[in-house]
Amino acid sequence: MPRSLKKGPFVDDHLMVKVVEMNKRNEKRVIKTWSRRSTVTPDMVGHTIAVHDGRKHVPVYVTESMVGHKLGEFAPTRAFRTHGGGAERTTRAK
Amino acid sequence: MARIAGVDLPREKRLDVALTYIYGIGRTKSMDTCISSRVSPSTRVRDLTDDEVVRIREWIGANYRVEGDLRREVNQHIKRKVEIGSYQGLRHRRGLPVHGQRTHTNARTRKGPKKTVAGKKKATGKK
Repeated sequence: MPRSLKKGPFVDDHLMVKVVEMNKRNEKRVIKTWSRRSTVTPDMVGHTIAVHDGRKHVPVYVTESMVGHKLGEFAPTRAFRTHGGGAERTTRAK
Repeated sequence: MARIAGVDLPREKRLDVALTYIYGIGRTKSMDTCISSRVSPSTRVRDLTDDEVVRIREWIGANYRVEGDLRREVNQHIKRKVEIGSYQGLRHRRGLPVHGQRTHTNARTRKGPKKTVAGKKKATGKK
């Protein structure tokens, strides 16, 4: 069941503050965040947000079509490294 | 001949069942259609009058997205998810289940027929 519209999209305050601040000053810097649970809002479009994947921060360039998704969706937490040995089939990225 | 939403014409069946042969219409929408276009769901398709067929066709056309349009819409959503690099998009890209199902076993619909891996020992405890 989706979230009630009454509440609006959820974004962690500490993240929103930084985004709003950057928009006000019209600057573009990478924001590091652990807040995978935050929704991508239209304010974030055009920024690069480094989303934590449990180990490192994955830079995510936010585009318009990402609005409404959660930040965590763009930073996979599992890296699959093929079964069975074999030099041919090492690390299939993506 | 009952030809609704393009290419569908199942005869001999009850109307409420027959309508579900249209892509995008299941039992719920089928019943809604019957009620809204004032046709009894228990009539057989072959017994429909032309007038009834027209009413059904128009009602579906006005209220539901079916067949080609719906397929296109679904594909667009998938394509969008793939392009923005979201988790669901990744799962689509690799042909794995999208909604968090287990892949240790099962998931054959998405993964296709079993590919046996050479040299893999029969694991104990795995029946």
